[in-house]
Amino acid sequence: MRAVFWAIYLRDLRLAMRRHVEALLPIVFFVVAVSLFPLGVGPEPQTLRQMAPGIVWTCALLASMLSVTNLYAGDHADGSLEQMLLTGQGGLVIAVAKAAAHWTLTGLPLVLAAPLLGLLLGLDGESLGVLTLSLLLGTPVLSLLGSVGAALTLGLRSAGALITLLVLPLTIPALIFGTGAVAAVQGGQSPNAHYSILGALLIFTALTAPPAIAAALRISLE
Amino acid sequence: MAGSIRWYRFSAPSRFYGLAGAVVPWLWTAAAVLAAAGLYMGFFVAPTDAQQGDAYRIIFIHVPAAWMSMVIYLAMAGWAAIGWAFNARMASMLARALAPTGALFTFVALWTGALWGKPAWGTWWVWDARLTSELILLFLYLGYIALTQAIDDLRRADKAGALLAIVGAVNVPIIYFSVRWWNTLHQGASISMTAAPKMASTMLMALLLMTFACWSYAFAVVFMRARAIVLERESHTDWVRELSRVSEGLTR
Repeated sequence: MRAVFWAIYLRDLRLAMRRHVEALLPIVFFVVAVSLFPLGVGPEPQTLRQMAPGIVWTCALLASMLSVTNLYAGDHADGSLEQMLLTGQGGLVIAVAKAAAHWTLTGLPLVLAAPLLGLLLGLDGESLGVLTLSLLLGTPVLSLLGSVGAALTLGLRSAGALITLLVLPLTIPALIFGTGAVAAVQGGQSPNAHYSILGALLIFTALTAPPAIAAALRISLE
Repeated sequence: MAGSIRWYRFSAPSRFYGLAGAVVPWLWTAAAVLAAAGLYMGFFVAPTDAQQGDAYRIIFIHVPAAWMSMVIYLAMAGWAAIGWAFNARMASMLARALAPTGALFTFVALWTGALWGKPAWGTWWVWDARLTSELILLFLYLGYIALTQAIDDLRRADKAGALLAIVGAVNVPIIYFSVRWWNTLHQGASISMTAAPKMASTMLMALLLMTFACWSYAFAVVFMRARAIVLERESHTDWVRELSRVSEGLTR
């Protein structure tokens, strides 16, 4: 089980390394999308500071959805996904390994880039830390939920737009509590309650999403 | 016992087709009569509200529609799950037939809510917890419809839709409570949603009549849609061919 996990996980990382420009696209999207907001709403520091957590979180969400489209598509197209499922290891470990690889390749860079973008939007040091931590707790949720959408829409013509429609409503709790943590700090309160709920969301998703992903893969490959 | 109808009989599409066809005219009649009675009660008999004037009367459409939107989502998820778990074709078809009606009721609830909000609160829309979660419910419906329509293979479409509906049903309470918390944190919409605490009995009567009218309408239209889906999916079977031959003979 563990061997299969590492094999798939490391394979996905290696594949991404070989196509590193492609792997960097979500993070580039993230940076470009965030930097559009000041141009759209105006450069007033007060407005930007207030909107910063929402902007960063929303763009992180969209970047995750954008990249999750390709999570299973390549393996599905060349048939290796079917072979992996045929190994008898079950879809569960594949689902977990793939989601973990997606998080490492997309979620983690988003977390690392977030303080920089927060700084651009005028957040202070404490808020930056909270924003980063909230994303650290929240991005795995996005990867897991996105994987459900990716597995459901495997091989469909309009998979990209569909995933967004299917998954974004489900990510609303993560968005609310992620941005809420920063808002709490900005308002002089403790963000601990938000961390707890984000952590609970993460645990809940980590327990329920992999079986759903595995079932979706079985449905799609039947 | 005399009343031991074998309900499983109707899980066969052909039998369901017959039963639904027999019931649909009655359901339409019930919907029309109940709606006429409910609207009459609501618009002419029920007293004018002390605070909101006559604008409150939209409640007789708004509230039943909002109730239906939630009930239908659960029914849809339930039937889809049954269809997936037991490979019951009819259950999957029912789930597919329920989705557009549920989406319609959700839209009606949002639309009438906006029409009500303008005179009552002075704005078409507030990011209130209930309004926001109703909007998200509409997105969930649209996602289900889009996914099932995008997949050409019917069996896969049914199962994928079932999985999505179940995931949605599990998430609805989480989304609802997080939206509520978000709303209380932001304090932006400080308009109180509490309706008139005491309802005149005629108002309640009208509301109940309209609720039953919505139920009848939902059953009628869902059965009709389900019948159409049955014909479409069972077009290769003998009984459907027989049916089309008979109807051709009639028109000739």
